[in-house]
Amino acid sequence: MKRFATLFNAIDQSTKTTIKVAALARYFTEAEETDKLWTVALFSGRRPKRAVTTKRLREWAAEVADIPLWLFEDSYAIVGDLAETIALVLPPNNSVEDRPLSHWINDLRGLAHVDEPARKTFVLDAWQRLGGAERFLFNKLITGGFRVGISQKLMTRALSQATGKPEAELAHRLMGNWHPDDVTWHTLIEAEDASADASRPYPFYLAYALEDTPNSLGDPEEWRAEWKWDGIRGQLILRDGEYFVWSRGEELMTDRFPELARAIDHLPPGTVLDGELLVWQPENDKPSSFNALQARIGRKTVPKKLLASSPVVLHAYDLLEWQGEDLRDTPFAIRRATLEEACSDLPADAPIRLSPQHTFKEWDTLATLRGTAREENAEGLMLKRADSPYLSGRKKGDWWKWKLDPLTIDAVMIYAQSGSGRRANLFTDFTFAVWNGNDLVPFTKAYSGLTDKEFREITAWVKKNTQQRFGPVRQVTPHHVFEIAFEGIQASSRHKSGVALRFPRMKRWRQDKPLQEANTLDDLNEMLRVYG
Amino acid sequence: MSRDPVLTFTDKGIYCPAGDFYIDPWRPVSRALITHGHSDHARWGMGTYLATDAALPVMRHRLGDISAESIAYGQVRQIGDARVSFHPAGHVPGSAQIRVEVAGEVFVASGDYKVIDDGVSEPFEPVKCHHFITESTFGLPVFRWTPQVDVAAEINAWWAQCASVGKTAFLGAYALGKAQRLLSMLDPAIGPILTHGAVENTNAVMREQGITLPDTIQATADIDPKDYPGALVLAPPSALGSKWARKFGAQESAFASGWMALRGVRRRRAGDRGFVISDHADWSGLLWAIKETGAKNIYVTHGYMDIFTRYLNDNGWAAQVVPTQFEGESLDQGEEV
Repeated sequence: MKRFATLFNAIDQSTKTTIKVAALARYFTEAEETDKLWTVALFSGRRPKRAVTTKRLREWAAEVADIPLWLFEDSYAIVGDLAETIALVLPPNNSVEDRPLSHWINDLRGLAHVDEPARKTFVLDAWQRLGGAERFLFNKLITGGFRVGISQKLMTRALSQATGKPEAELAHRLMGNWHPDDVTWHTLIEAEDASADASRPYPFYLAYALEDTPNSLGDPEEWRAEWKWDGIRGQLILRDGEYFVWSRGEELMTDRFPELARAIDHLPPGTVLDGELLVWQPENDKPSSFNALQARIGRKTVPKKLLASSPVVLHAYDLLEWQGEDLRDTPFAIRRATLEEACSDLPADAPIRLSPQHTFKEWDTLATLRGTAREENAEGLMLKRADSPYLSGRKKGDWWKWKLDPLTIDAVMIYAQSGSGRRANLFTDFTFAVWNGNDLVPFTKAYSGLTDKEFREITAWVKKNTQQRFGPVRQVTPHHVFEIAFEGIQASSRHKSGVALRFPRMKRWRQDKPLQEANTLDDLNEMLRVYG
Repeated sequence: MSRDPVLTFTDKGIYCPAGDFYIDPWRPVSRALITHGHSDHARWGMGTYLATDAALPVMRHRLGDISAESIAYGQVRQIGDARVSFHPAGHVPGSAQIRVEVAGEVFVASGDYKVIDDGVSEPFEPVKCHHFITESTFGLPVFRWTPQVDVAAEINAWWAQCASVGKTAFLGAYALGKAQRLLSMLDPAIGPILTHGAVENTNAVMREQGITLPDTIQATADIDPKDYPGALVLAPPSALGSKWARKFGAQESAFASGWMALRGVRRRRAGDRGFVISDHADWSGLLWAIKETGAKNIYVTHGYMDIFTRYLNDNGWAAQVVPTQFEGESLDQGEEV
């Protein structure tokens, strides 16, 4: 595993993408095929079947380190990564032998067939033999989640350098349902693409946020506009009489949306749609709020009652494959026209709807329209260049999301808690309150939005202004006012304040604002009345 | 009969009623006993200062014109009804634990300490006491330092690698203590060692005290980095990535701190490399030091106070949390002045 550890360190220690890609490309040239295959799998979120529960791992690590379990758990809370916490608390290793990555993975898979004492013996023995990065990586093989700062984009670039194949083709090959148990390096990366898996999705094309007004985009004639829906992005694949639903995070969600099965009745095989999954009541003229969808996302199998109360439709806005043909290089306007034609005969109760386009001659018209997005339960507008191909990944230029400005409220920080992982020694998790008479009523937490420098400053302040400690939480002197930005507001019986915010974050540290001028609970309730 | 405890914890710092003095106070007081010269322990504005012979020159350098006296390690001084002595803490050159005895009851305020011999600081000496005030900066079992000689090899290998590809090795470390310790670990055969002014000023004070350090060249505005191929630049962390740093051309940066043990912190803070080396005790070092004192009552200050205190209480000590304003090894503190 030394070669894999060297690769991991090279990637992990550098902040420069050129160095990371070079290290990966070298690895893809030099390592054994099974190791390469597993490396691609691991870095794209695949892992061997979990052979040991994390509960047992924690117990065994605490036992070997000779510390009580609570101390292990508290340490884990601060380190923020289980594999790393285990690697750090264990005594130093005592061996220098080297076995390939895939051997360790095979051994781990063998654990499925032995009893727990044998599993424990194997894991403890591995901990004793592996040191440093290798021990950490061994733990990662069990717990999963290799977050190494290698995006799919960088991995395909490195693969492209190592194999000479185009990046776009490699990105497509790596999509979907494959697992190292079922493919070889050759079939995944090198073979002529004859027997592609029917469920394989296309890489999603992602838009950048438009920070400016669209006037900078040039002639409005060249652009198309649609609502930016507040749902989840999905790709619906109809092939060979089957249907598949993929999330943007490359998660297969078919079983979660059984109502989409009826799409097979309305559209021919060899169709792939890109769109937004939304809860939409047939009698309404706009989608339900994101909350209704959230109840659906959480369920792997959907109870009948929920299926009836929160029906999901795909709001289609792009056509990637039609009659078995890959349309991604066709200009958007033509894809769109084909999509409209395909959707022209859909009955009202079909699980697919065409996402409407807005007609406009001037950018100003669009700006006015964008102002009404919230009333439509949309987040803003999407702008797409009429002649744009469907690219893969986040690319600047042809697609833009022009979101509404968030809602904001000025609130007082009353509790602080330290972060974990990257932020292990900083106070980063804060609770905010608004005034209700002379009382401060907590209504939200927020973790993000400040710069590292601001987090350092507030950390030093928290240390000196702690009034009371509740375990890891510190009550601080009410003093600092922050502008909290959020995307939506809902009534909630689970929160003391009676509201729940969507995506709350710190927009600005209002050091100019006196404590008394923070907003009130009445202000918050007024926002709930208007936007809730 | 009740009487004042030997040391109490006040909003100005640790106070001794019997001797009417403070230890490392953070607000102006008339009489301050100082464990060491770091800026969160030796602050400006005290009436008089008392520190070890080896700590005082740096304090004078940093605090300017102060009314101060120095004392040798182990020498006993009577202050009011208190018997006071200073003992090596191993943290940085001149650092001390302060022993205070009143009517046979002994407290030791250890300031910041580490228990291994770093080659430049006077090595830590356990002092028997009834009450021990300990830091807990790295008071978690995930902190376990590798031997200094191994870290030295890592740093020198990194430097040699940088030199071989024509890059300047830029190493960030605190100006007082850590920088001199690193200097003693570097292999001058690899290339020239350049220093930031803040580091060089402290070097000068320490050389004058008789501490041997390898040759260094202060990287003033008028030197040309091209004259020093294969150089390592030693500078305070705040200088990493600064305009001043950029004049050294192609470079790799590294940061030397105990916090570099955590991958998340390393990725947030370290630039290209993080070396795990600290002037504070690690988990086993803290526990060893506490056992050696023989103290039953432990007061836990800056760091992972709650967790460390709970562990001590579960294992037979009477421990309590003492809030302080000390920073410990604060990763994010700028340059110590």
